[in-house]
Amino acid sequence: MTRFIVRRILSMIVVLFAISVLTFLIFQVIPNGDPAVRLGGRNSTPETRQAISKDWGFDKPIYEQYGITMKKIFTGTVVSYSQQINVLDEIKRDLPATFSLAIGAGIIWLAFGILFGVISAVRAGRFTDTSLTVVALIGVSTPVFLLGALVLWAFAYKLQIFPAGGYVKLSSDPWGWFTHMILPWFVLSVLFIGFYSRVLRSNILDTINEDYVRTARAKGLSERRILIHHVLRNSLIPVVSLWGLDFAAVIGGGAILTETVFNLGGVGQYAATSIEQLDVPPVLVITMLGAFFVVVLSAVVDVIYALLDPRIRLSG
Amino acid sequence: MRGEERNVVSPEGIPTGPTWTGKFFLGADSNGRDVAVRLLYGGRNSLEIGFIATAISVILATIIALVSGYFRGAIDGVLSRTMDLIWAYPVILLGIALGTALSLGGLDFGLFTVSGSSLFIPAIIIGVVYVPYMAKPLRGQVLGIREKEFVEAARAQGAGNLRILSQEVLPNVASSIIVFIPLMIANAILLEAALSFLGAGVQPPNPSWGTMIGDGIRLIPSAMHLTLIPGGMLVLAVLGINVFGDGVRDALDPRAEVRIEH
Repeated sequence: MTRFIVRRILSMIVVLFAISVLTFLIFQVIPNGDPAVRLGGRNSTPETRQAISKDWGFDKPIYEQYGITMKKIFTGTVVSYSQQINVLDEIKRDLPATFSLAIGAGIIWLAFGILFGVISAVRAGRFTDTSLTVVALIGVSTPVFLLGALVLWAFAYKLQIFPAGGYVKLSSDPWGWFTHMILPWFVLSVLFIGFYSRVLRSNILDTINEDYVRTARAKGLSERRILIHHVLRNSLIPVVSLWGLDFAAVIGGGAILTETVFNLGGVGQYAATSIEQLDVPPVLVITMLGAFFVVVLSAVVDVIYALLDPRIRLSG
Repeated sequence: MRGEERNVVSPEGIPTGPTWTGKFFLGADSNGRDVAVRLLYGGRNSLEIGFIATAISVILATIIALVSGYFRGAIDGVLSRTMDLIWAYPVILLGIALGTALSLGGLDFGLFTVSGSSLFIPAIIIGVVYVPYMAKPLRGQVLGIREKEFVEAARAQGAGNLRILSQEVLPNVASSIIVFIPLMIANAILLEAALSFLGAGVQPPNPSWGTMIGDGIRLIPSAMHLTLIPGGMLVLAVLGINVFGDGVRDALDPRAEVRIEH
């Protein structure tokens, strides 16, 4: 266990370092991406730009600039190029919206993914299975932003049941929070439900032919008990590890499209606007945050499974 | 076909929708451009990007998987860690970061340059971003195949590495590669649409289904057709490719899964 944790922490440090270098390089190699121009404005004189470059260290070699930026990130004093606001404060402000989206949608897509996957597998080859397959295929073929736009049009403009985007704090207005989140939750979930139900369906169909399932049936256990205690427990493993990764990606700004369409003002939307303005520090922090969550959650998922299933051993 | 001239955009500048006659068959967008014409050219761009990106992914991923799975050692370490790095980066964030950066500066390969507004920029980005999703599982298969007896037999006959890779290993992963191709095309088209929607993919005035949807969403309560028409085409195209891919997988049936973006 200690060995597992140490190895995961080491690999996390390597991943975070590599990701930050990659992000830094992407934005550094662009020819007309001089940050001094963005800080000084398009009409700034060459002298001001030079002064800004000197102040911020843009005239130093890349590796030194990288060092300065990383130092600022870890001391919590990193500011964005475009608005010169503290990036960490900005992300702290945006995190509640992203967490609300991720947690709500995560529960919905896991629950419905399992439900539809089980129904499909139990009814394999029959009408219910075929129609769920078709629905799942449509779900994974529809871009999130298109679905979001259609749902907004139908429920916010035509029927006027739900508000047309935006985020309301849970603490200030719980009901408003709920009505603002319900459309984004479902829109973000559709793709995952389609995907998870397909994965689970094929896993169940593989497991159902195992010897221990036949043994359980021979013992005279009820179909329901066999399904829940013998089949599901084994076929859920890949679904849960997928869930950990996807959930972490959504927290780490992966739900850019959903956040943008519904104007939730979350971390993903912040990343999108920062990238548009070629603003390196926020993108750097957000990608590192995302990678951090991916590593932590995949470790948590591994631990949970090792606890649940004694056959699984923890390895680096 | 010379019917009476109709206003396809209202005096307030809002598109009025399809005319269902020859000219402006599907109406015009807010700039007065024919939606049907843009739909066709946009579809060509979207599909081209999907296919080119997939070709790039498949070629790179196959080479990487064969080399790192077969030779192991240091080269495998470097390639696998690079794949892990791209894998850890959220697809869409990496896509818009590269898209924004490259659409400003273009690409310079030394022998030839690609301008920032070229369709090849999103195609290359999408192709590169999806490489690990295919390279990782393929590498795993190659690792297994290189230990098989027939590889040993070929080596005993005096076959070189290149011949073993092309004659023994590659044919054995070919069915997995084929299964991946439709999934990659579908995902590439979806990613292109997402990037274009966020302004980091196909650059205006070039049309693509993604840019058309992005333009249309801004006018959503008043001019729904601008979103529905390209959106419908996009879903139909991707759905068709996915159904085809399902069929291919059922026919060849290795356990291939492609992770998806949000």
